[in-house]
Amino acid sequence: MVGFPILSLITFLPVLGMIAILFFPKEQVKPVKYLSLVITAIQVVLAIVLLSNYNYSAAGVYDEKSFQFIEKFRWINITGLSWLGNVKIDYFMGVDGLSTPMVLLTAIISFIATLSSWTINKSVKGYFALFLLLDAGMMGVFVALDFFLFYIFWELMLLPMYFLIGIWGGPRKEYAAIKFFIYTLLGSVFILLSMIGLYFSTTETLADGSKVYTFNMLAMMNPANSTQDGILSILNPNNLRFAAYIALFAGFAIKIPMFPFHTWLPDAHVEAPTPISVILAGVLLKMGTYGILRINYPMFPEITRQLMWWIALFGMINIIYGALVALAQKDFKKLIAYSSVSHMGYVLLGMASLSTSGINGAIFQMFNHGTITAMLFLIVGVIYDRAHTRGLNDFGGLAAQMPVYTGFVTVAFFAAIGLPGMSGFISEALVFVGSFGVELTRILAMVSTLGILLGAAYMLWTLQRIFFGPLNEKWSSLTDLDKREYAMLVPLALIIIFLGVYPSAMLDIMNTSVNSLVNFVSGNIDSLTISGL
Amino acid sequence: MSESLIINLSVLILFLPLFGFTTVIFLGKKFPKLYLFEVAILTSALLLSIFVLYAKLTFFNVKDIIAEFTWISMNNLPFGDVININLGVKIDNVAAIMLFVVNLISALVHIYSIEYMRGDRYYTRYFAYLGLFTFSMLGIVITHNLLMMYIFWELVGLSSYLLIGFWFHKKSAADAGKKAFIVNRIGDIGMFIGILILFTNYKTFTFDVIFEQIAAGNLPFGSEAWLTAAGILVFMGAVGKSAQFPLHVWLPDAMEGPTPVSALIHAATMVAAGVFLVTRIFVMLTADAMLVIAVIGAFTSLLSATIALTQNDIKKVLAYSTVSQLGYMIMSLGVGAYVFAFFHLVTHAFFKACLFLGSGSVIHAMHHEQDIQKMGGLKKKMPITYWTFLISTLAISGIPLTSGFLSKDGILAGTLAFGKLTGHWLIPITGFTVAALTAFYMFRLVILTFHGEPKDHHKFEHAHETPWVMTAPLVILSVLSIFIFYTPNPISPDAGWFMKNWVKTPTQVVPDNTRYHHMVESTEEAKAEIHGEIVHSVEYTETMHWAHYPAMLMSLIVAGFGILIALIFYTWKKVNADKLADKLKLLYKGSLNKWYIDELYDKTAISGTLNFSSILAWFDQKIIDGAVNGSAWLTRVVSKFSGWFDTFAVDGLVNFTAFFSGFVGFSFKKLQTGKVQTYIVFVIFSVIILLLLFKPF
Repeated sequence: MVGFPILSLITFLPVLGMIAILFFPKEQVKPVKYLSLVITAIQVVLAIVLLSNYNYSAAGVYDEKSFQFIEKFRWINITGLSWLGNVKIDYFMGVDGLSTPMVLLTAIISFIATLSSWTINKSVKGYFALFLLLDAGMMGVFVALDFFLFYIFWELMLLPMYFLIGIWGGPRKEYAAIKFFIYTLLGSVFILLSMIGLYFSTTETLADGSKVYTFNMLAMMNPANSTQDGILSILNPNNLRFAAYIALFAGFAIKIPMFPFHTWLPDAHVEAPTPISVILAGVLLKMGTYGILRINYPMFPEITRQLMWWIALFGMINIIYGALVALAQKDFKKLIAYSSVSHMGYVLLGMASLSTSGINGAIFQMFNHGTITAMLFLIVGVIYDRAHTRGLNDFGGLAAQMPVYTGFVTVAFFAAIGLPGMSGFISEALVFVGSFGVELTRILAMVSTLGILLGAAYMLWTLQRIFFGPLNEKWSSLTDLDKREYAMLVPLALIIIFLGVYPSAMLDIMNTSVNSLVNFVSGNIDSLTISGL
Repeated sequence: MSESLIINLSVLILFLPLFGFTTVIFLGKKFPKLYLFEVAILTSALLLSIFVLYAKLTFFNVKDIIAEFTWISMNNLPFGDVININLGVKIDNVAAIMLFVVNLISALVHIYSIEYMRGDRYYTRYFAYLGLFTFSMLGIVITHNLLMMYIFWELVGLSSYLLIGFWFHKKSAADAGKKAFIVNRIGDIGMFIGILILFTNYKTFTFDVIFEQIAAGNLPFGSEAWLTAAGILVFMGAVGKSAQFPLHVWLPDAMEGPTPVSALIHAATMVAAGVFLVTRIFVMLTADAMLVIAVIGAFTSLLSATIALTQNDIKKVLAYSTVSQLGYMIMSLGVGAYVFAFFHLVTHAFFKACLFLGSGSVIHAMHHEQDIQKMGGLKKKMPITYWTFLISTLAISGIPLTSGFLSKDGILAGTLAFGKLTGHWLIPITGFTVAALTAFYMFRLVILTFHGEPKDHHKFEHAHETPWVMTAPLVILSVLSIFIFYTPNPISPDAGWFMKNWVKTPTQVVPDNTRYHHMVESTEEAKAEIHGEIVHSVEYTETMHWAHYPAMLMSLIVAGFGILIALIFYTWKKVNADKLADKLKLLYKGSLNKWYIDELYDKTAISGTLNFSSILAWFDQKIIDGAVNGSAWLTRVVSKFSGWFDTFAVDGLVNFTAFFSGFVGFSFKKLQTGKVQTYIVFVIFSVIILLLLFKPF
């Protein structure tokens, strides 16, 4: 596979699709949908190809040589720009054990979301063009290794998301879209500031021996590349590194979303059309935690070590607070949105432990939350399409009317509850093993186990309110799942159960990299002597 | 006969019901006859388990057969070691016996359900769920590690949830299923934390490895307190699943499920899983942990026995009696009478399953009437049901010649010895009190249901003995309640094969100073052998010996007393039960209303949580989101203000400047008349003013 630009392909294929769609005549709805479906299907195939050529023992993380499917060349090259000096920015992509699960997830969720978009009837062309652009942005975030490129993709996905919620959304779509946009943009500003600070603190040595500033993320991780007087240089004894860490963390925390930055999520979810909710919960939220693991952790290891307890604390708050607020919801979709807040808390808790099992669990939880919550939002979509209401108290007894649907709901709900045999259990268990194993976060982990109980409470209560009891006659004409809905739900259910029974399939992908990350961040490696950079 | 054969067969037995479940759940709609396939699968699993039991006891009687594989393997930084999460199977005698018990009762319930559930809308699905349950339960039985225990523990919870809420259109059934799952989860959290403590310290979930480490003096976090805590926390799982106080509230509600399900899950097998779990971790329990266990068990058995006295729903009486008997077993483990606890688990499984299936037979015949006050006289109509029910009642009451007599007597002797050795006399006193209460309420049940005059003549006229698929399981189970299967001597189980050869109290691994004094081995040789049979101190052996006959005598007296009272109340009617209830109104009402524990939980924990969650939701919307919207509003206000400032102040200044110069220009333009004379006048006046001002001369 050497030389085959698979990462560029998987990232920019949707952009090609988008351009193609723009040339379609407006009334040609079907071809647009099928083209999108084909594009996302090819993405899935590419992701599988990537996985089948993946080297499980290559670490990546901070070491460029052990990244895989690298594509790197000089992208922007401006020389002699007055005080800025030479600006050299690389087009730099590659994957390791942190990003590969996310690439897989993005491909799968995009495909499923395309299927779910079949019911979109309003300006189909524009919808799918934006959808594919969004897809490209998400994929790009996970494969970019140059901060500048990362940031471009990060921002790229913001714009289509704004329109997708703002145009195709529900009654309060403008409010939700603007809230999402401004909130995320605020986070982006923090990230941008820190990025520029890091840029002016990191140099790389060119072939001719001269030094230039760089956006290369891996270079930023290596203290050897720090300039003496750089504002965020580890050699510069000021407190700004701490501020930059917090700024980056806040930028990412908004995306997770971490308490107290989470309130855009329920609004965005409630107003967004089903496929966009699926993307939002399935992939977008993971960018936050991925960013922390990819950027905060290895670039600021000393601050990470300092803040472990605080990250775990916020994880715990997310878990319990999210679950308690979910318990009080009366809108099905809002409830699932808050359950996301709760479940993303496990990711934070796991990575705060700074142990292999904890971070393995965290990344695995990112993947599992992606598939499980995607399924949950699809389920909400199925019932909303038919009944045009999401009020939990409007239903009752649907189990008799829609038995197959009820079966899928049961699978998804119990996966969300963390029932063994399904993937969520493994990741949550590993998160607990990791965070309980470290003395610093032990108490927080113990308190967080309450989330397991509360999760069961709100999920089963929901199950009962919608599906059990006597059938509400109003709904006696609802139909069970159709073929397209099967096609959306079956793959997710299979993935959830497969990874629950055979978790090593996913854990082995990340294990080497996570070890390397833990080693690096906990300072076991004398990071000043990293070779190759 | 090889070990691998036993392992392979056990694994096969485990997966057969899962195969049945998947087949029936996916194809059941198309092929409604597939329920027969599920029944056939369970029958073959039963035959295999009989073979495994026979092979295990014959060829490997003293050897544990273990097989495992690595499921998850990962490095464990920052600790620098490797985590290998192994799954595996451990077939010791206890597991082999349980394998047989679970499969037997499951198979009988399958057969019984063919008739009982006939005509149900989700007939095939019911059988699929039974398969799922059996799979989960067997997993608990044959696992060799805590993780797999927890996995199947939860899966059992799932199948229990599905089966309790099987008639989901009934709100009460859906409620009960939910309640069962959530209440169990409370216990599971404790169990999970306990497992985490053990895993953090020993990097393994495997029972034997953990026990070896403890035996080697490697305590969790280096302290005995943590060892005690780990034991109690893992035991919390059993508190949930075996419905011990304070988590017992779900089990009576679980009676909303179909009656065969109650027999299988909520009487014989799943609820016994908690007891089974304690037998598995028995060797790592410190004296403090065991005392907690004993007290919880004793209190539960007394509490639920007092509730059972006044219940009128045939299934509720049995449910509370189940809770009570489970409390007995737990208590027995807590006092160290390991063997009798397990023995009682087995005997109870048979007679309680028989009682439940018998009650199902009655309910079936009475067209879903469950109120015993409306029954009576069914003895003549349903002889097989009556006789099997009676045998089981004798067994649960501890009447000689039954299995229950043997196991119950053993437990009581154990508590009596425990009382004498430790001074905790309340535990044996509770034990004997419960024995009397049990005999009373069980005979009350039998008399009101089967004896006397029928109270609802219409239903009575239509009642009839149920068909053989329902009565055959009753006969089999009641026959198994006779002593001969366990020992040739009807008054002492000690000489029997069950106690003598099959099940032995294992040696504890906790440090000597944390054990009950009497559970410290008398010899050094005994100590050296881990997992071997415990060799108690001479003192204990003597006390046990001493306790044997008094316990037997007393248990007979109290059981006879209980039966006598029941006869006085309900057969001879010497005392009017209603009048007595009126006199003891407070007690009667308390018992009838389950001592208001459900109401208490409702008012405190449940509504507390719900109210708190509403407050948090309000907080989330008004305060946190309010802050977000507020800052947006503030930004808008600021921008409006700056817009105003821009328009009026900044731009105003510009405009004012323009206006002012315009005004000035306008004013001065009047002066520009264009007439030379005017200008000359201006110049002259100016010169004069200047001259006056500067006075140059």
